[in-house]
Amino acid sequence: MAHSSSSSSAQAAHLALRAAAVLGCLLLWHLLVVQRANLGLVTFANVPPPAEVLASARDFALSPKLWPHLASSLQRVGLGFGLAAVAGVLLGLLIGRLPWVRDVLLPPLEVARPIPAVAWIPLAILMFPSSEGSMVFITFVGALFPILLSTIHGVEAVDPRLVASARSLGTRRWRLFAEVIAPGALPSIVTGLSIGMGTCWFCLVTAEMIAGQYGIGYHTWESYTLQNYADIVVGMLLIGLLGMGSSALIRAVGRWAMPWCRPQGAHA
Amino acid sequence: MSGHISVQGLHIDLGGAPVLRQDALDIAPGEFVCLLGPSGCGKSTLLGALAGHLVPTAGKLTVDGQPIAGPHPERGLVFQQHTLFPWKSVLANVAFGLKMKGVPRAERERQAQELLALVGLEGFERRYPRELSGGMQQRVEIARVLINHPRVLLMDEPFGALDALTRVRMQQLLLDVWARVRTTVVFVTHDIDEALFLADRVLVMGPRPGRVIEDLRPGFARPRPADLVTDPRFVALKRHCLELLHPHTEAAERPRFTPLGAPVAATLRFAI
Repeated sequence: MAHSSSSSSAQAAHLALRAAAVLGCLLLWHLLVVQRANLGLVTFANVPPPAEVLASARDFALSPKLWPHLASSLQRVGLGFGLAAVAGVLLGLLIGRLPWVRDVLLPPLEVARPIPAVAWIPLAILMFPSSEGSMVFITFVGALFPILLSTIHGVEAVDPRLVASARSLGTRRWRLFAEVIAPGALPSIVTGLSIGMGTCWFCLVTAEMIAGQYGIGYHTWESYTLQNYADIVVGMLLIGLLGMGSSALIRAVGRWAMPWCRPQGAHA
Repeated sequence: MSGHISVQGLHIDLGGAPVLRQDALDIAPGEFVCLLGPSGCGKSTLLGALAGHLVPTAGKLTVDGQPIAGPHPERGLVFQQHTLFPWKSVLANVAFGLKMKGVPRAERERQAQELLALVGLEGFERRYPRELSGGMQQRVEIARVLINHPRVLLMDEPFGALDALTRVRMQQLLLDVWARVRTTVVFVTHDIDEALFLADRVLVMGPRPGRVIEDLRPGFARPRPADLVTDPRFVALKRHCLELLHPHTEAAERPRFTPLGAPVAATLRFAI
């Protein structure tokens, strides 16, 4: 009893410290802005103070523009990420398992991989008649490679003895993928999906700044051109929240899909 | 009764080195055979060839007259470390072979329940493999193989990773199970007590290249009591085996191979 109360008070101390750290950062931000601090290399003269950002966030939350912006961004990420997940996992399973598929597909993918998704933007605008298509394509490219590589790695790490046992138990070629290779690679696939989700948001926001009409990235850039500086920070924070939320979603789906994978030491 | 194994002029080379040379060997249907020998004498290699995971360099291997061409559910293989699917429950693991045959879910789960009862694991159906002890995992593994009614049960030091007490209990359990299913068993071990306690027939193997150097039939009555190991006849046979296996100085340096043909050190990295 004494032990549990002391550990819960230790936890409260941790929480208090963390909250104090966040408040400290906000205070520093506020002080730098009201002092119009000019540090030579960087100046805070044009940065909006926290209180102004809070007011803008409230206005934006109540404005009718919020949902169109939010919906466009979510839809693009959903499409780009969804396509990348399907393509990355399917290709990864085949490349990881079948040598001839690896020989055919891996060289061109290896050449394309080091090109940052953002570098595709000009070409994507030329290739896709609608800016919507080009933005989805950019998010797709951004998410594809982390998912693909993690899947390949996961397939290669599947215990060969499991494959041998499955074959001894009568598993034929294609069922081997569904019954052994895919579930065996799943932990690695989920890791790839959560990394892919992160790069997906990064690419989307960049693409929206350049090609968009709606969307959180577009809103952030538009606020700059319209000199609504507080709205820039609102957009940034919103992007951060959306990224955090979608990563948490992936982790939750991963836990749901892999009940056998519990944290070390958690089982009886 | 089925499960007659026949070996003729078998040559197996791994990595260019001769690992196995076995001229003629017959194992009768329903016989419990132990392959006994030091590390690196080719006993796991022979097992891998019988399972169909290793292709012989030359020679003939048949079960009931059918040449062995790849792995098959009629030749069940049990490894030293369990190979249960971590993502499937105990029940789904045992029922897996029937799922591959297209048996409907209700029927395959009923049969899996029966086999779990046979190996004394009622009540563990919904657990995941990692929640079980090493001995329980091997019992699930045996049940999973037996559900296919194999002609031949191939076991590669299946109790080698268990503690001494669990190992003795598992040997007793295996004999109880075998008394009911009566399939041919080929059991690889380097433990003389284990071989003499379990087998109808002990094939002692020698290295370089691997081959059977002695064919023993202990002939102890079944069921065998746990204190058989102190019987004077048992002790005499054990002494004889010790002389046959007298360790050569270079024995420790010989590479060991798994039934999949890979050097042991390389596969241990993947062991769960």
